[in-house]
Amino acid sequence: MSTLPWLHPDRVALIEKALSERIMILDGGMGTMLQGHQLDESGYRGERFSGGLDSRHEHSHDHPGECDLKGNNDLLLLTQPEIIRGVHMAYLEAGADFVETNTFNATRVSQADYHLEHLVPELNREGARIAREACDAMTALTPDRPRFVIGVLGPTSRTASISPDVNDPGFRNISFEALTANYVESARALIEGGADTIMVETIFDTLNAKAALFALTELFDELGARMPVMISGTITDRSGRTLSGQTAEAFFYSVEHIRPLSVGLNCALGAEDLRPHVQMLSRIAGSAVSTHPNAGLPNAFGEYDETPEAMASTIESFAAEGLLNIVGGCCGTTPAHIAAIAAAVAPYPPRVRLDASQAA
Amino acid sequence: MTTLRHTRLSGLEPLILTPDLNFINVGERTNVTGSAQFRKLIKEGRYEEAVDVARQQVESGAQIIDINMDEGLIDSEAAMTRFVNLISSEPDIARVPIMVDSSKWSVIEAGLRCMQGKGIVNSISMKEGEALFLQHARKVRQYGAAVVVMAFDEVGQADTKERKIEICSRAYELLVNEADFPPEDIIFDPNIFAIATGIEEHNNYAVDFIEATRELKKRFPSSHISGGVSNVSFSFRGNNPVREAIHSVFLYHAIAAGMDMGIVNAGGLSIYDDLPEELRERVEDVVLNRRADGTERLLEIADKYKGGKAEVAVETAAWREKPVIDRLSHALVHGIDQFVVEDTEELRLISTRPLDVIEGPLMSGMNIVGDLFGAGKMFLPQVVKSARVMKKAVAHLIPFIEEEKRISGDSAKNNGKIVLATVKGDVHDIGKNIVGVVLQCNNFEVFDLGVMVPTQKILDTAREVGADIIGLSGLITPSLEEMSQVAREMQRQNFHVPLMIGGATTSRAHTALRIEPHYKSPTVWVKDASRAVGVAQSLVSKDLVEEFMIKVRADYAEVRERHKGRGTGKQLVTLAKARAQRFVGDWLAYVPPTPKTPGITAFDDYDLAELRTYIDWSPFFNAWELAGKFPAILTDDVVGAQATELYNDAQAMLDKLIAEKWLTAKGVIGFWPAAQSGDDIEVYAETGTHKRKPVATLRHLRQQVDKPVERPDFCLSDFVAPKDSGVQDWIGGFAVTAGIGIDEHVARFEAGHDDYSSILLKALADRLAEAFAERLHERVRKEFWGYQPDEALDNDTLIAEGYRGIRPAPGYPACPEHTEKGTLFELLDATAHTTVQLTDSFAMYPTAAVSGWYFSHPDSQYFVVGRVGREQVEDYAKRKGWDRTDAERWLAPYLDYDPD
Repeated sequence: MSTLPWLHPDRVALIEKALSERIMILDGGMGTMLQGHQLDESGYRGERFSGGLDSRHEHSHDHPGECDLKGNNDLLLLTQPEIIRGVHMAYLEAGADFVETNTFNATRVSQADYHLEHLVPELNREGARIAREACDAMTALTPDRPRFVIGVLGPTSRTASISPDVNDPGFRNISFEALTANYVESARALIEGGADTIMVETIFDTLNAKAALFALTELFDELGARMPVMISGTITDRSGRTLSGQTAEAFFYSVEHIRPLSVGLNCALGAEDLRPHVQMLSRIAGSAVSTHPNAGLPNAFGEYDETPEAMASTIESFAAEGLLNIVGGCCGTTPAHIAAIAAAVAPYPPRVRLDASQAA
Repeated sequence: MTTLRHTRLSGLEPLILTPDLNFINVGERTNVTGSAQFRKLIKEGRYEEAVDVARQQVESGAQIIDINMDEGLIDSEAAMTRFVNLISSEPDIARVPIMVDSSKWSVIEAGLRCMQGKGIVNSISMKEGEALFLQHARKVRQYGAAVVVMAFDEVGQADTKERKIEICSRAYELLVNEADFPPEDIIFDPNIFAIATGIEEHNNYAVDFIEATRELKKRFPSSHISGGVSNVSFSFRGNNPVREAIHSVFLYHAIAAGMDMGIVNAGGLSIYDDLPEELRERVEDVVLNRRADGTERLLEIADKYKGGKAEVAVETAAWREKPVIDRLSHALVHGIDQFVVEDTEELRLISTRPLDVIEGPLMSGMNIVGDLFGAGKMFLPQVVKSARVMKKAVAHLIPFIEEEKRISGDSAKNNGKIVLATVKGDVHDIGKNIVGVVLQCNNFEVFDLGVMVPTQKILDTAREVGADIIGLSGLITPSLEEMSQVAREMQRQNFHVPLMIGGATTSRAHTALRIEPHYKSPTVWVKDASRAVGVAQSLVSKDLVEEFMIKVRADYAEVRERHKGRGTGKQLVTLAKARAQRFVGDWLAYVPPTPKTPGITAFDDYDLAELRTYIDWSPFFNAWELAGKFPAILTDDVVGAQATELYNDAQAMLDKLIAEKWLTAKGVIGFWPAAQSGDDIEVYAETGTHKRKPVATLRHLRQQVDKPVERPDFCLSDFVAPKDSGVQDWIGGFAVTAGIGIDEHVARFEAGHDDYSSILLKALADRLAEAFAERLHERVRKEFWGYQPDEALDNDTLIAEGYRGIRPAPGYPACPEHTEKGTLFELLDATAHTTVQLTDSFAMYPTAAVSGWYFSHPDSQYFVVGRVGREQVEDYAKRKGWDRTDAERWLAPYLDYDPD
């Protein structure tokens, strides 16, 4: 697997070069940015789904007209591409080196909730393409600072190592094979659309992530070339474990076989609460270390209200401690957060990778 | 490239194979080919019990568990999937990495597809050629597992040293160069074959394995060597003692050569040094292939060791034939006190000084015991028995030593002096006594001040005797606060003696947060008796103490830092929100049962023989640091033999204490009309729901946990009908003891230097008191309150609390505040009825006592109040008529905030 050549060796070299020089910046949350547009059901449907059915795929599937599409943020790639492009541009202007595709739920199991499984390849391809356009536009403005597209593989709505049935702990509602097939399909389209790296992120259940990694190696074998893989797990609460019960350290050992470009943590907690776990990864990981925390913990209204200044100041202390190679934001973060974070970490050198050869 | 890379595995938690782990035990009992019991469970679809087998493996020290479902009549893929999925849901099992073991690739893959951690595949080989080998290896890598490579190629299984090395080396090159395998993720299995089969070619198999291991480890230092150990003794099946002897001799040599992992039945390993000389020598001849007639010579004696009583008798006689020094050592290591006085006397007569007997053979015997215990090869009951032998020997020698001291002025040297005490207000001492015994075994001079020891007495004694260490113990939660006080006092009085903290409710976190900060000199929490010696030795050693304390202090600082960073974990909800989310009984439809015998009923001299059948044995074994469930623990691989012996001793003592009536059991129960009033329960003298004045008010605490709306934040008062509901409800209470008269017998044992029997008796009295509480609760449900007259449950169901109603005890999680016990005792007039008294900290004395409330509501359940916020503490203080600081003192372990 890692003996395969890179699919885009020139872009990998650029990323490696930037990683060796500075702390690189990821973009921030998509959800908060979309809320600003206050889209209603018809906004989500756009023209293409206004008639209830997908006008381009009549009769090719069950009845999508019967369920609401509002909330299917990934669908906006097809119905409101300008909004998505605008969010990407805003983050790039704020200083992001990496833009994450808006494909968090663009897998077959997740889109099944909207009866839109048939859109999965299209969503991922478009997600990568739109991000690619934004990055290329920005790179043209700042040629000394190329920007990169991260093709995002989300966790899906199922867990492979946790039973949804309390009476039968041995039961599973998704299999490793099914997840693998899902991820192969999504990842192939992300690569086709022009992604520079693939990130398996917001990992609640490491077995899901292992299926994604397995899928990527299958796909790379098929393509005869590989892509850099980024991994980001989620410590779900202050117990310090993933939803499926692993410590950050155990999680890392479960995924390091892919020889990732970076391993990190995102979502669920604010930066301060992630600190001990990022420290742990920083101590043991041969790869780069990333984090993109939420803007604090949700307040009583379920909103994230940590200010850009407060978040940047915490992240700055991570950088000062030498913990970071890549940093950005997750839920509740905005371009203002990313700009503040980028400014805060700029004076600090990146974390020294333990064993660069292992990552590459 | 000089540093070795370590294999990094994981279950829910990491396992890094560093060289200091020496030898990794892979649990073998979850293997249908190796364990008939496990095969039966899987075949019959009894997966829950099969999961218990895995749990026992982990509990008894397996660092990885091997899972094998290869059996013709089992759908192996399905069984592997189901079993791995099931154990994934058990955090106490899933914390260790899994080894998926199958000769079928499809079964291995089924296991890999269910493993979130990084496990091991066992195994792949070049049996069907390089292409398939590499294909499987690449898949293993894709799934993110380490791999066991069997020394098997197209020609066959490697049997000679040369073939083993050649095949493993070839496999290594392929894995590293062609499949991108990291060297540290490769584990060789160079094939352990049966020896002493009568076929000459087999005689060198063990040597071939050991020598191949030595060479492979040299060539590939990052990789590992493993094997299925039980194969080697296959020709002696049916004779377990000889098989175990072969295993331990084989492992002794293989580990020395570099074998660092093995699929073993850890419990079935004899101690190499412990093997009878004759057996060991002949086994060694066979394992190392030292003489042509090795097999015949082993066969000659094999039957003699083949288990059964006859052999024990033979062995007994045999050790009595040895020189006196060996006899004493044998007696110590095996805890036999029968001949100890005569042997000690015999040795004294031939020694220059009586002290030489202690400092020579007795101490070296006890050192062996200490080492074996420290290495996990001996268990606590054995150690305590060994200590009994030691004490008896020393007691015999003391008069002679005193006499000599009088003449010469010389005195004995020891490791150090330790003052031990159970703190003020607490009367529990089983754990402390065990620690005392273990420390004595390791040549510490122990000054045990007993229970309920005031701070000043501890400190004065420490000064007086020139203590090197002070050890504090306690079981009930108020003792935590008491220990913190002792630490403050030690600092104020300018002490510099190290402080050790132990006892069931103590913890590293509590010590780090609440004790260590108050005392500048070394303060260390000791998890259990087995750690006490190591800690004490580190503390008294000039060479070790500094480094040891740097580690401890860094550790505690980290605990504090984490605690600070984390706040106190999950955010609590406000008291108002918690109360709004209280449990609400269906008071419109539900009619609470009326007790058949309202008021007080006392039981004088309850029949102990009846209580005996209600004993829950698992906690009994726990008290002896033998982990596991009864009765499975009696046949446990690791501790089974010890547990059985202890159980037999306990049964024998029970027979005796019942027949000779050493103990008297007394109890009292009561039922009173009651109503919920907020978080309180009002108790009345009369029934009727209007204008009553309560005779007592029970104060309870409410959970403040952030839960989904459908799950209530419980308070015990929720289980009683509210005052304004107009429903007549009741509450009950009880207090029992089975410890009356125990002191006399404890004193008798201690006078005879028999700590083992003394601790055994205390542990049994505790169990009888618990059994009494269980039995009375049953009778309450069936007769006295009588709401379940037809209940028919067996003891296991009782222990599993599979009945209606609860009996929570003040001081325990549902009602954690101890002073409420005072109200309970007043209502029951418990001291008059049972002689049980309450200490300043509201501990019960005699200790073998249980008290609590009875609730009958069908939905009443045990819960943990957990942490409480300042608001609730203030509210509680007001209800109790206390200052907030009083409430904070009594609720110290549960505060969600740092009190001012």
